[in-house]
Order: sequence, then structure tokens, then C-alpha cells
Amino acid sequence: MYENLVYLDNAAATRLDERVLEAMKPYFFDVYAVATSQFGYSIGLDAREALDNARARIAAALGANSDEFIFTSGDTESSNLAIKGVALALGEKKGRHIITSPIEDFPVLHTVRALERQGFQATYVRVDETGRVDLDHLRESITPETILVTIQTANQEIGTLQDIRAVGEICREKGVLFHTDATHAFPRVPLDVREIPVDLVTVSAHTIHGPRGIGGLYIRKGTPIRKILDGGFQEFDLRPGVENIPSAVGFATAVELVTPDETARLQKMRDRLLERLLNEIPHTRLNGHPVYRLPHNANVSFRFVEGESLLLHLDMRGFAVSTGSACFSRSLEASHVILGIGGDHERAHGSVRFTFGRYNREEDVDRVVEAIAEVVRELRRISPLGKE
Amino acid sequence: MPLPYSEIVMEHFRNPRNVGRIEDADAKAIEGSPACGDMVAVYLKVDPQTHVITDIKFESYGCASNIATGSIITELAKGKTLEEAKQITWDEASKALGGLPPVKVHCSVLAVDGLRAAIQNYEERHGLVKEREPTTVEFVRKRLKHVMNPVVGLDIVRTKLVKEIEVQDGVVRVVLDLSPDHMFAPAMREDIEEKLGHRWDVRQVIVEFTG
Repeated sequence: MYENLVYLDNAAATRLDERVLEAMKPYFFDVYAVATSQFGYSIGLDAREALDNARARIAAALGANSDEFIFTSGDTESSNLAIKGVALALGEKKGRHIITSPIEDFPVLHTVRALERQGFQATYVRVDETGRVDLDHLRESITPETILVTIQTANQEIGTLQDIRAVGEICREKGVLFHTDATHAFPRVPLDVREIPVDLVTVSAHTIHGPRGIGGLYIRKGTPIRKILDGGFQEFDLRPGVENIPSAVGFATAVELVTPDETARLQKMRDRLLERLLNEIPHTRLNGHPVYRLPHNANVSFRFVEGESLLLHLDMRGFAVSTGSACFSRSLEASHVILGIGGDHERAHGSVRFTFGRYNREEDVDRVVEAIAEVVRELRRISPLGKE
Repeated sequence: MPLPYSEIVMEHFRNPRNVGRIEDADAKAIEGSPACGDMVAVYLKVDPQTHVITDIKFESYGCASNIATGSIITELAKGKTLEEAKQITWDEASKALGGLPPVKVHCSVLAVDGLRAAIQNYEERHGLVKEREPTTVEFVRKRLKHVMNPVVGLDIVRTKLVKEIEVQDGVVRVVLDLSPDHMFAPAMREDIEEKLGHRWDVRQVIVEFTG
């Protein structure tokens, strides 16, 4: 139905890779049992082996040990568990102060806000106009009460990469736990927990052509954390519920299918898109950092036009993109990321995010540039702005 | 799933009627601002004898429902007298468009307000209005009927969200019966500030949520 669609919203969801589906199939139809204890029946032992194996493969991609990685239902749950789990473990013992940034994705931002309503204090560390965290402000913000710093690896909208090594080193030096949401970076941007001093890492399969509804959390050995869902003793007694073994296997397969060569190919398409948009269409600007950004993300604001109109016109021409416009968002609010980096509503409303994935082709780039040039010209013709 | 917009909305969005400026317009108005995201400009040519709108054009910086409503109100208003055109409501515009999704109604109200503001601009220029109307509780209530509750697409007065209105020394205080954590709370606050903040006798607009 959508074979001619040029899909450029791979940060939101990705097409499943057939190889992932093939790897998952046996765990729906053949080895469909739950992962039993070591004294269980054979089919359950095989299921356990598959789960352990999937866990080991993803842990390896993070440079972690197998017993430091647990599966969840996705990045939302992972970040909830990381932040609330640490708050539960340390809130009484150490303090009730958390540090984050104003441009985090909702799983982190709204979890911190929920804790604020329960009496925790939060500091939103300053970011510059490209979205990079002010490391001096971070350092100054840490108090003896601080229990956790949660700063994303890469931004979901503008693609800005944080210097998580520096963030981690500051946290280490001050004796504070560090969580990072790496949903949009992992594994295209390498993150090795043996080299980066980080205690908790959120990852998800939905951004890398894996199945929906599965994610994970890296938890460094010895990290104080409590479970936030009550139930059975699965996932090292941190995440109860019947294990989603087909999806765990799919996630591991998806991680391994991401290669540096592929990421370089996506980056090349992204670079060409940006170069043409910024050079050929007047009154455009890049949102985010020109260098420290996700290789497959572009985010551009087109002045004098509104994003939802742009998106609809592109949809009619067979292109799927995303926008930071208030009209497009479920809450009718403009992108908190663009506003958070000092942009105004106009810049947010005219912002368009393009995120590349495995199924984009080089020739699509020129087609999308031409479609955008045409739509922007048309919308500017009917706009009261930008005529003088 | 089909698009949330009717065929008529999409048709007007794709091919908006009466787009552009009238350079020697008899009246014009701009509603909204780039800062609040949506903006509509309306230009009028009016017969000085009959007060019939002989030509009307609009420009839109806004989403699909904003553009479509701008387009439809120019069609509805053309050929009508100023008095008749003043009576055009967003309800009427929305019906003419085959309906709008509730969450998008506030974007269409802006276009209707743009038409009214342009008519008012003509009346002011041609000495057809008396004094400037002061901002009273009643006036505020009237304006709040143009602020939509995006959950249902009806205004916040009709949906009984307005709990209290106070006007004192240029400070307008509106209390809404809604949780401050409601997903639309910030959007409604912005809308109310936008509708009242520019009034000649208003210094400050305070929107409070109790829920």
C-alpha cells in the first residue's frame, strides 16, 4: 500500500526488517513456552536459553555483562524504571534531588515532573542554542542531596549529541548516579559502558527496525535501584511479567544488523539533504548542532510557514516527515526542544524533522528536496509573513 | 484510517480561494501572531454606499484548518453587507467545511475573528463605531466563547470550564475548572492570554487552574 512512500520519520518508528521477523518466528510457533527455571521442562529451558542469548548479545553491544541488562516494554518503561527506581532506592537514604535537561524526551521529562509532584526537587540544567548541556552549570547544580543525573545521549528531535563522557565523569567525581536515554543513538552511535562512566542506559528496538514494545535498561552492577512494577521475579527481580522472548530475540537481531557502513550511508543522505535545503531554500536554518548530531537526523526550520500544513502537503506527495509545530502535537504545544534551546514559537512551528533509516534510497533525497521547495514556495505565497 | 479532515477542508487547503492581498484595501486586520503560531490577515473592499463587501482576500500562516477556514469565510462573506458578514460564526464556517476535528476548532476561530476584526477596522476608519468598549467581566466572557476546549471542540464557556472571571485595574483573572496537569492546560492558557492580552485597557492576564 505504501511501497512508493518516502518515509523519513525513522525516529518515531521504523519498518521491521524481515530478518528480524524470521529470527522471531520460532519463538511464536515452536519454542513458545515461558523461560522456566533450570528445573523446568525442555521447551522452557530452550526459551530461557533464547532469552539469555538475546540478553548477552545486546549487553555485548553495550560492552556490558549479561546480568547488567534487563528487557522492558520500551524506552518509556526503561526510563521510568531507571529514574523512579533510583528515587525509590535513595529517596529516603540520600536525598530527593534530580538533575536533568529541559530538552529530554517525555519518558524522562514527565517522569521527573511526576517525582517533583511527590516532593522531589529537580534542576533543569542549561543547554546552549545547539542543545548541548552546560557542563559547568551541571557541576554547580550537584548537591549532597542529588541522587541522579539523567541526560540523554542524543536528542529525539534536533539530534544533538551530548558529551556523555564528560557528564559521566562529573557525576563519578561527585559520587552521583548517571542515567542516559540512548533511545535515538543506540547502536548507531557507539556507547561502551566500559569507557563511559554511566550507571543506567535506556535503549529501544523501535528505532532500529526491530519490533515495537521491547526495550531495555543497562544497570551497572551495584547500582541502587528498586522495581516499580510488582509481580513475579523475572529480569533479576527488577521487571516482573512474562518475558517477551520473540521480541527480545528480535531486538538482539536488530542491534546486530546495524553496521557502521549502513550508518555512513544514512549520514551521506542526511548530509546531502541538509546541504541542498539550507543552500537552495531561503530563510531556512538548521536546528541542533552542525557536528555533534545523530548521523541520520536533520532538523530544519522554514520561516513563514507552519509545519502541519507543510507535513500534509508532503504527505499528499508521498513523503512522511515530522514537525515541532503545536498544531501537530497531541497537546497543541510547540516543541519543548526548540523552545528549550532558545527558539521562539515561529521557529518551532516551522520546524521539520527528517530521520533516515535502512529503507531510504539515495535517489529519494533529491525528490524530497524538490517537493519541499515547491510546498514551501506555495505556503509562503499564501502567508502574510515574509513579504516585505 | 482516513485523514481527520473532510473532503471540503482538504479541497480548500489544497486550493484556497481568494488568497493574497488587496493593495488598496478599504480595511484590513491581522489576527494571531507568529509567536502564537497561527496568523490570519483579512483584506476588504467595501462599497461605501451599500456597505456590501465587494472583494475580500486573506493570507494565512497556519495549519490546514486555519487555511481552509480562511478560504471558506472569504466565500461566505463576499457579496454580503458588513452587518450580515458580522453574523458569520465559526459554527457556520465549520459546517460549510463539512465539520472540523474538535481539537482543530480553535484554529478556525482565528479566521472568523480575522473577518470580524477587518469589519471593525472598516467601521472605525469610517466613523461607524462609537467609543472603545471597555474590558468588563461580560466582555471577557464573550471573548472566552472564542477559546476552544480542544477535547470536545466547543468553547470553554459552553463546556463550563470557566469557573471565575475577575477584572480589576486592568488585570484580568480567569479561573478554569481544569487540572494544571491537563495536557491542554498550557495551550488554553496561551489562547486566553492571546485573546485578551492585547486589549487597550488590559495590563495583565492571569489564568489559573483548579482541578
